[in-house]
Amino acid sequence: MTASLPRVSASVVVPKAALQKILENLCAAGFALIGPTVRDGAITLDEIAGVEDLPLGWTDEQQPGQYRLKPTRQPEYFGFGLGPHSWKKFLLPSRMKLLSVVRQNGNWTFQPVSEPAPRYAFVGVRSCDLQAIGIQDRVLIGGEFHDPHYAARREQIFVLAVNCGKANSTCFCTSMKTGPRVTAGFDLALTEMPEVFVVEVGSEAGSQALGDTPWEAATAFDLGRAAQVVQRVERSIQRQFRTDDLPKLLYNNLEHSQWEEVATRCLSCANCTQVCPTCFCVTVEESSNLTATAAERTRVWDSCFVLDFSHVHGGNIRPTLRSRYRQWLTHKLASWLDQFGTSGCVGCGRCITWCPVGIDLTEEVQAIREKAPK
Amino acid sequence: MSVALPVPEIHAGLDPMRPDWAVIQAIKPEAYGIQTFTMRFSDPKLAASFRFQPGQFNMLYLPAFGEVAISLSSDPGEPQVMGHTIRSAGNVTRAFNRLKVGDVAGVRGPYGSWWPVEKVESKNLVIVAGGIGLAPLRPVILAVMRERKAYGRVVLLYGARTPADLLYTDEFEKWQQGDIEVHTTVDLGDEHWRGQVGVVPQLFYRIRVDSKQTLVMTCGPEIMMRFVIYEALARRIPKEAIYISMERNMKCAVGFCGHCQYGPTFICKQGPVLNFASIEPFFGKEDF
Ligand SMILES: Cc1cc2nc3c(=O)[nH]c(=O)nc-3n(C[C@H](O)[C@H](O)[C@H](O)COP(=O)(O)OP(=O)(O)OC[C@H]3O[C@@H](n4cnc5c(N)ncnc54)[C@H](O)[C@@H]3O)c2cc1C
Ligand code: SF4
Repeated sequence: MTASLPRVSASVVVPKAALQKILENLCAAGFALIGPTVRDGAITLDEIAGVEDLPLGWTDEQQPGQYRLKPTRQPEYFGFGLGPHSWKKFLLPSRMKLLSVVRQNGNWTFQPVSEPAPRYAFVGVRSCDLQAIGIQDRVLIGGEFHDPHYAARREQIFVLAVNCGKANSTCFCTSMKTGPRVTAGFDLALTEMPEVFVVEVGSEAGSQALGDTPWEAATAFDLGRAAQVVQRVERSIQRQFRTDDLPKLLYNNLEHSQWEEVATRCLSCANCTQVCPTCFCVTVEESSNLTATAAERTRVWDSCFVLDFSHVHGGNIRPTLRSRYRQWLTHKLASWLDQFGTSGCVGCGRCITWCPVGIDLTEEVQAIREKAPK
Repeated sequence: MSVALPVPEIHAGLDPMRPDWAVIQAIKPEAYGIQTFTMRFSDPKLAASFRFQPGQFNMLYLPAFGEVAISLSSDPGEPQVMGHTIRSAGNVTRAFNRLKVGDVAGVRGPYGSWWPVEKVESKNLVIVAGGIGLAPLRPVILAVMRERKAYGRVVLLYGARTPADLLYTDEFEKWQQGDIEVHTTVDLGDEHWRGQVGVVPQLFYRIRVDSKQTLVMTCGPEIMMRFVIYEALARRIPKEAIYISMERNMKCAVGFCGHCQYGPTFICKQGPVLNFASIEPFFGKEDF
């Protein structure tokens, strides 16, 4: 037992059982724990009480349009891939009240709506998802205007990251250069080994969270073994996605026949945009009481696959599925670069897994490339 | 392509989605289903500090109905009074057009880019508008009139569906006296109409342009702007000298909602006024 705390950027080793202590420390520091847990046949992100809620003994299998949970004999806390949820569920909630107004004596006045932003500790953040948070930062707090609701949540998060010990067939972080190793933006980064965690300390808060755990400085041997875990995962990633000719390829092929072709398969269900960790489009709903003396404005996730998304008086700009799929893909892989200086895709593969008809964006881009008029 | 993860810088308390209240001071019927509202912020400090450029817009909010993007149509030289010319198009705009003097609405803005009036300098200016599209161009006319001598020839080509749909007709005389040429057309005349009948781009045939010395600013239905650009290019006006104001669904005006994207452009941020050369690859693409 070491009484002092490790310094920032140190790497330490803790026994697996110490994870519970780390989570307790975070609770004691006032964080609400959010982490992976089994729900409705999938590993979702929800509030958790402690290690007992983590999906120990479960893993998953993913294919385009397919997700299955499987029991595993490996006693691993993080031995699974990404589920349908991403952390945007907490930083940019799918439904959130923005404003509330009431009419008194003929005057409208705003009522306070914002409760103090929750302080979240995100448990088990993968590298690609961490990059996705960085991308949403650029969208919501990186420009001239700042979304105060996002900012207040984002500012306070504790990131307990995990280096992936397993990749799914839909993962392509290596192509997008977003993983699988966590490189920045974390408070603690774990690598799960059979009997211990190798832990990189990323911040003062991270160091504090190791308080009262039996940590020991990691040896070169520990670090080597941890690095091997990530290298193994890196090598196991089969899916390749060529990005060097983007965004030009898509801009130059806005009338490509492939858009028509994918539109015959796409259901316009918007699953892909909901599971995407960077998709940020929202709409604002207005509601009121019957006497119109009180009204509320609520922000709700929207999707460019929804017909009404492009509504202007007298019609919709993108009435066809072809044009809506094109909007999504060209935004994600082309115009996002112009707008925010980064791709909108982190290669997490969720849109491939959760597309009910298994549309794979990497294949769509490849089809455009192969059939592109020279 | 890994992105840096800096600790966000928080502007505490500033909510860009929260409007301020403004009182309607006057309402002027302009055309069928279209009225101009003159508004002023209730907070005198805010009213005094408000400034805008020709072509910019505000988000107007009516509790229980919703929020819409509406251009400032008044004189930027007198920014304390904000003019908004609103056409009944749907739920929110219809509710607006039922308001009375003294009623209150939420206002936030101004947002977006503006017509490059400063680039006109001593050059000529051709303003081409269709229907409600004259609203965001009226501030250009009023700004030009303030310093008429600083500009060359200034022409307004304006059309609407019928004579009853033409905006600001009571001001045309004053504009003409201020040395602004006004040419109008309608798609469909009535028994009193003695002017031209036909689409707006045809008005180009009424004027001569000096291709090297002319800027074009246009706002109206996209199909109209397409032919305006066609006519302008046919007269060898460079792409870079053509400015258009685009419209897309808009829920926030601050770049968060994603609705107003037009290729790489957010109409609320880099637009609504855009240089044609910058959007040429996308302009006119089907369902884009
Ligand atoms: C930059 C800009 C400037 C504008 N300036 C003017 C102006 O000066 N005068 C004027 O009368 N109109 C203007 N409009 C159009 C005006 O915003 C729409 O007519 C209005 O939003 C219609 O809302 P609604 O609720 O009445 O109609 P509905 O058809 O019920 O629309 C529902 C919602 O869809 C969105 N929406 C619908 N049409 C448009 C549209 N054309 N543009 C953006 N969002 C839309 C709005 O959020 C609206 O609340 C402008 C639009 C933009 C983008
Ligand atoms: S998830 Fe698949 S079917 Fe649904 S909108 Fe996306 S691409 Fe189309």
